[in-house]
Amino acid sequence: MTLTTRAKLLLATLSGLVLIVLYGPLLVIAVQSLNSSAAGAWPPTGLTFKWWTKAWGNGGWTDALRYSLLVALVATVVALALGTLASFAVYRFKFFGRNVISFLIVLPIALPGIVTGIALHSAFDRLDISLGFLTIVVGHATFCIVVVYNNVIARLRRSSPNIEEASADLGANPFQTFAHITFPALRTAMLAGAMLAFALSFDEVVVTTFTSGARQTLPRWILDNVFRGKQITVVNVVATAVVLLSIIPVWVVQRLTDGGSAGR
Amino acid sequence: MRPADANIVDAAIPMMPQDGGGVEHGSVARLARFFDRHPRLRLASFLCGPGAWLIVAYLGSLVLMLLTSLYGLNDFTGKVDRSRTTLENYRQVFSSNGPYLAKIVRTIGIAAAVTVIDIVMALPLAFFIAKVLSHRWRRFGIVAVLMPLWASYIVKGYAWRTLLDPAGGVFRKTFHVSPGFGQTGLIMLLAYLWLPYMVLPIVAGLERLPDSLLAASADLGGRNTRTLRSIVLPLLVPAIAAGSIFTFSLSLGDYIAVGLVGGTTSVIGSVVNSNISTNLPFAAAMAAASIVVVGAYLTGARRLGAFDNL
Repeated sequence: MTLTTRAKLLLATLSGLVLIVLYGPLLVIAVQSLNSSAAGAWPPTGLTFKWWTKAWGNGGWTDALRYSLLVALVATVVALALGTLASFAVYRFKFFGRNVISFLIVLPIALPGIVTGIALHSAFDRLDISLGFLTIVVGHATFCIVVVYNNVIARLRRSSPNIEEASADLGANPFQTFAHITFPALRTAMLAGAMLAFALSFDEVVVTTFTSGARQTLPRWILDNVFRGKQITVVNVVATAVVLLSIIPVWVVQRLTDGGSAGR
Repeated sequence: MRPADANIVDAAIPMMPQDGGGVEHGSVARLARFFDRHPRLRLASFLCGPGAWLIVAYLGSLVLMLLTSLYGLNDFTGKVDRSRTTLENYRQVFSSNGPYLAKIVRTIGIAAAVTVIDIVMALPLAFFIAKVLSHRWRRFGIVAVLMPLWASYIVKGYAWRTLLDPAGGVFRKTFHVSPGFGQTGLIMLLAYLWLPYMVLPIVAGLERLPDSLLAASADLGGRNTRTLRSIVLPLLVPAIAAGSIFTFSLSLGDYIAVGLVGGTTSVIGSVVNSNISTNLPFAAAMAAASIVVVGAYLTGARRLGAFDNL
């Protein structure tokens, strides 16, 4: 099929509309964070930066942010270790139950989040484990394993086993081969997986609701304030900042996973 | 070969003289030889961590949840009574004259509507990215779709709350109409949230579709609409099915979006959420019902070849 200029123009217009739909709502929140109307009147009544200065060090979000960062960091470390090990096991070995393991890794994101949430909740309830930092980390790590796993196994599939064999032939023991051959080849894939896991954990709210104690993560803080209609001007600022920050990993990951193989 | 690999080989070479190619001594070398001779143990060292986590923590939790769904509540204390098992929760969930079956059906309807809307919105955008944009711009197109995906879920939900607000929301003020908070608004938000999950597999599917097929269809006299209908869409079915796993499953389990813009709409997720502290067994049974629905959907999607396109 050959696309006429008119067909291309039509496609471009439709795509533009979809992109407006994708970015419009996020832009509205950014605009609201600069809206001089404290009640968030639309159209905005004027431009102001006072909510940004007011939100700085104000409104309880700093504690929620600190907690979210800590949870995401620990969950990422756990997911990085487990996801990398799992990808090695599945890629390098053939064993009974291999399909079960690769299925179990994907299951936490294939099943609705509410199922994972309530499953962990009933387990903690049954075992009398009180909800808190540990339980959130368990929940987050469980669904973060898959992003690390996917990134690492994709890299393993693309990299040639020959150089590892060459390393062994030249007398390196398996640990040396790992340290000097395998790990450097996987490093960027692991970093990409870790960043996505971090972003996923930082953003998660469904599983978090069922596994967290009294202390709020940042998404819970936003949700709580939105529902109660409290300090909306601060919420607008925090929401805008969160969106800007969460976009950075996407750029970095694109560079890490595509940069070497794109041929440019 | 990627330049990174060349560096690796360079880095490895200086090690060789010290090993000398002979039999090594020392505990590290002994351990290495031991693992080399016992591939089962090597596998075990890779597998025991993730395997234990997934089977004990995750699968164990799912089993405990299903077990919990078989308990009832003690009539006097209101606590979970583990002394006997019953199918009463499931009878309630699937009872044709109770409210819950209708809620399950409604949730499935919402998830299906979201999936259809996402397919319709994703197709032109994916086609534009994969077949019109040059290689260089294609990457920008993909990043443009990826970025909103990673932007905070909760912020997107909040953004739509400000858009849809029946009183002073952006839609009301700008277009003078707004669906307000309810099922329509909920479908709009869910379709918005999961749209990138539909676009990305379709872009990948289109990239795999050789241009020569499209040219052949044109050479044989097929007009664009005919080519789309007879060549492109049939070959895209697995990719669309792959995307629909996310749009369907994520819509089915959502309850936060429902709370933000759903108004009085009640779905599977909201029933689970409202029962979790008062009647955990019933909440577990309701969640189990959603596993059944998603399981059936995954089976269908698998038949369409979705799993090769994830």
